Amino acid sequence: MPMILNDEQNMLKDSAKDFCTNNAPIAQLRKLRDEDNADGFDRDTWKQMVELGWAGIPWKEDFGGLDFGYKGLGVVTEETGRTLTASPLYATVWVGGTAINVGGTDEQKSSLLPEVAGGSLLLALALEEGPRHNPYGIETKAEAKGGDFVINGKKTFVLDGNVADKLIVVARTSGKPGDRNGLTLFLVDRTAKGVEVTRTKMADSRNAANISLSGVTVSKDDVLGDVDKGADVLDATLDVARIGLAAELLGSAQEAYERTIEYLKERVQFGVPIGSFQGLKHRAADMFCEVELCKSVVLDALSALDEGRSAEDIAKAASLAKAKVGETFTLVSREAVQMHGGIGMTDEFDIGFFMKRAAVAEQTFGDLIFHRNRYGELEGY
Amino acid sequence: MSDAVADFRADVEDWISEALPSALQGREMGPAGNGPKRTDSDSQKWFDACYERGFTVPNWPRAYGGAELDKARHQVLREVFRAHGAPQPLGGMGVTMIGPTLLEHGNDEQKERHLPKIANGEIRWCQGYSEPSAGSDLASLRTKAEDKGDFYLVNGQKIWTSGAQYADWIFCLVRTNPDVPKHDGISFLLFSMHDPGVSVKPIVLINGTSPFCEVFFTDVKVPKRDLVGQENKGWTVAKRLLQHERSSLSGLGGGPRADEQGSLVDVARQYLGVDEQGRVADPSLRRELIDHQIRSRAFALTQRRSHEENQAGDVPTFATSIFKYYSSETRKRRYELQLRMMGTQGVGWEGDSFSDDELALTRTWLRSKSGTIAGGSTEVQLNIIAKRVLGLPD
Ligand SMILES: Cc1cc2nc3c(=O)[nH]c(=O)nc-3n(C[C@H](O)[C@H](O)[C@H](O)COP(=O)(O)OP(=O)(O)OC[C@H]3O[C@@H](n4cnc5c(N)ncnc54)[C@H](O)[C@@H]3O)c2cc1C
Repeated sequence: MPMILNDEQNMLKDSAKDFCTNNAPIAQLRKLRDEDNADGFDRDTWKQMVELGWAGIPWKEDFGGLDFGYKGLGVVTEETGRTLTASPLYATVWVGGTAINVGGTDEQKSSLLPEVAGGSLLLALALEEGPRHNPYGIETKAEAKGGDFVINGKKTFVLDGNVADKLIVVARTSGKPGDRNGLTLFLVDRTAKGVEVTRTKMADSRNAANISLSGVTVSKDDVLGDVDKGADVLDATLDVARIGLAAELLGSAQEAYERTIEYLKERVQFGVPIGSFQGLKHRAADMFCEVELCKSVVLDALSALDEGRSAEDIAKAASLAKAKVGETFTLVSREAVQMHGGIGMTDEFDIGFFMKRAAVAEQTFGDLIFHRNRYGELEGY
Repeated sequence: MSDAVADFRADVEDWISEALPSALQGREMGPAGNGPKRTDSDSQKWFDACYERGFTVPNWPRAYGGAELDKARHQVLREVFRAHGAPQPLGGMGVTMIGPTLLEHGNDEQKERHLPKIANGEIRWCQGYSEPSAGSDLASLRTKAEDKGDFYLVNGQKIWTSGAQYADWIFCLVRTNPDVPKHDGISFLLFSMHDPGVSVKPIVLINGTSPFCEVFFTDVKVPKRDLVGQENKGWTVAKRLLQHERSSLSGLGGGPRADEQGSLVDVARQYLGVDEQGRVADPSLRRELIDHQIRSRAFALTQRRSHEENQAGDVPTFATSIFKYYSSETRKRRYELQLRMMGTQGVGWEGDSFSDDELALTRTWLRSKSGTIAGGSTEVQLNIIAKRVLGLPD
């Protein structure tokens, strides 16, 4: 049954909840931010996550994984969303690992995925070139030169770009910006000659970077997928990434929502808990409905991945999930601040972190407008 | 327009073209009376020029530093300021809140002592209303003031006090009688923030700035001459002040708020591009932009209508709730929309990868969230409209 978790998945979710609450609460993100931590995540916590097997959940055992499916990874990620945990789980496992899993040769998979699962290889997808998600609008060029390729271009909003060991660079080998054809994915060492990484500090205190590539030389063995056909790998990867993000944001939305409901029960004004005012009650009830819908679209999307539904069905499920959960998290995080009143506006109180996270996540791999539009196109209207 | 008013306009036009330093045009200058003292000489020059003509508080009596402008002339002055991109010379809670309240409720001695120092920007004020357990339910406040003969002894705590770290004086609600229904035991006091027993602890806002504070009172002695209105009748004064506050928060009094002069349409063009017909290229965001512009324009027209209808002068009423509600909600939407137009450049926090305007947007967006909380939340305004304007039963 795709819409419920089995016992093993439930156990995994519970243990992830314990772990995140105890080892990686919001206080950790706050600390990383306040200390201006250069990594932007806690390496010890990451090590523990890896020991729990999280970095290998979706990969086949042959590639060092647990073969436990994206639903397994999804329930874990949902819990990290509740605590707004900053870790390489998203950029390295959901995005980078998936790209290798989707597009890699057996050789690439057997050399790289075990390193991902073992936590020693961090990845980042260097895709965007402008302020809005535009997967085919690539201007970065890779020119064939002998058996090699030379890459030139500029990337922005590369999640974990400042800490990744390897970048997966989306470059154009033919065609013009906007074309789906002519894209190629390359594995590039972050420390390679010609790669310049500038961390960009975002409102949600999570890692992102601008990356400039000038005359970066890679060999044809570093191509991920087929030359000019990179969009096949990219599209599949992005849909997994969007579903993963939706799972994470589902956790964040639930947490912000639940904290707010608690507050409505606790906070007394005019001699009664503020939750007794109908003006708030109805909005709380409405948010509950939205969150319930989000749970369903995320579960369905995760199941779509594990069941191996068609690329088009996965794409629909991904756009549906990102649109719906993104919109709901935006709503819930704003309402959370409003319903907390003055205290919600303070940095000291955690609820504001959810609103900042929602704003950055909304821009990650397509905002509401992008996915609404895409959903309509996929549905043929 | 009468000839006399036309003469006034000509006179003010002449004056402003001399008096306004060009460097200040179209800028906000961090008005005196609000926040840290100004330092740059242009701002000071402009302030002095305005003060000399009574234009820091244009409709106040001359005796207190104003220009005694009637409604028509006050409107002319606003229009001329707006046309020249002239910043407000004076802001803060003195001129927008406690000043107008003292004009109505203060005694002569209080007016003479306090108003001129508001008009000349010498004394900055803060608002001691909210307490940890008295926010929307303001009247449940607990800070107590005991009658000690010729003074009150004040003990308690305020919170969210904007600008308390800079303020010289506070207007403060205190409980003088705990044994009667909550609205009947409140008094309205004025005292110096430099008095012994007053301490201030800044609070950091979600946008990283620290515009407000916790304020603690331990045995603060307040002379009785600074009781405004009668003892235990402070709630009437307090509510009146809230109307002045909401009126100023909704921009009813002045021109557009300086931080909103940058046009959203320009942002849309810059970040989304335009098609051959000059339309904003992204159809969904364009639609939202148009929605917003229509909403804003309709609101501005309503402000104007209300202003023209309000023959009694610049005295705000319950209708201020409508404007406070609508302007703060519209402002919030504006920044949500701008943020989305700017994509990832709209959610930067710091560093060279973002322009100053982009970084400012992130912070302003976060700050705009307080608009529907401070000064009485949106929910409270809607309750007031439903009850006081529509007469709906409780
Ligand atoms: C930036 C900022 C500056 C401020 N500056 C000052 C200042 O200078 N001086 C000062 O005294 N105060 C100031 N305040 C405080 C402000 O007035 C209060 O925050 C506000 O009145 C709300 O009170 P609260 O924070 O206790 O929230 P609460 O009253 O606890 O409200 C929590 C939530 O419940 C809702 N609610 C409450 N009652 C009802 C109801 N009856 N029906 C429906 N919903 C309801 C509220 O709308 C809100 O969403 C400032 C606040 C902010 C954010």
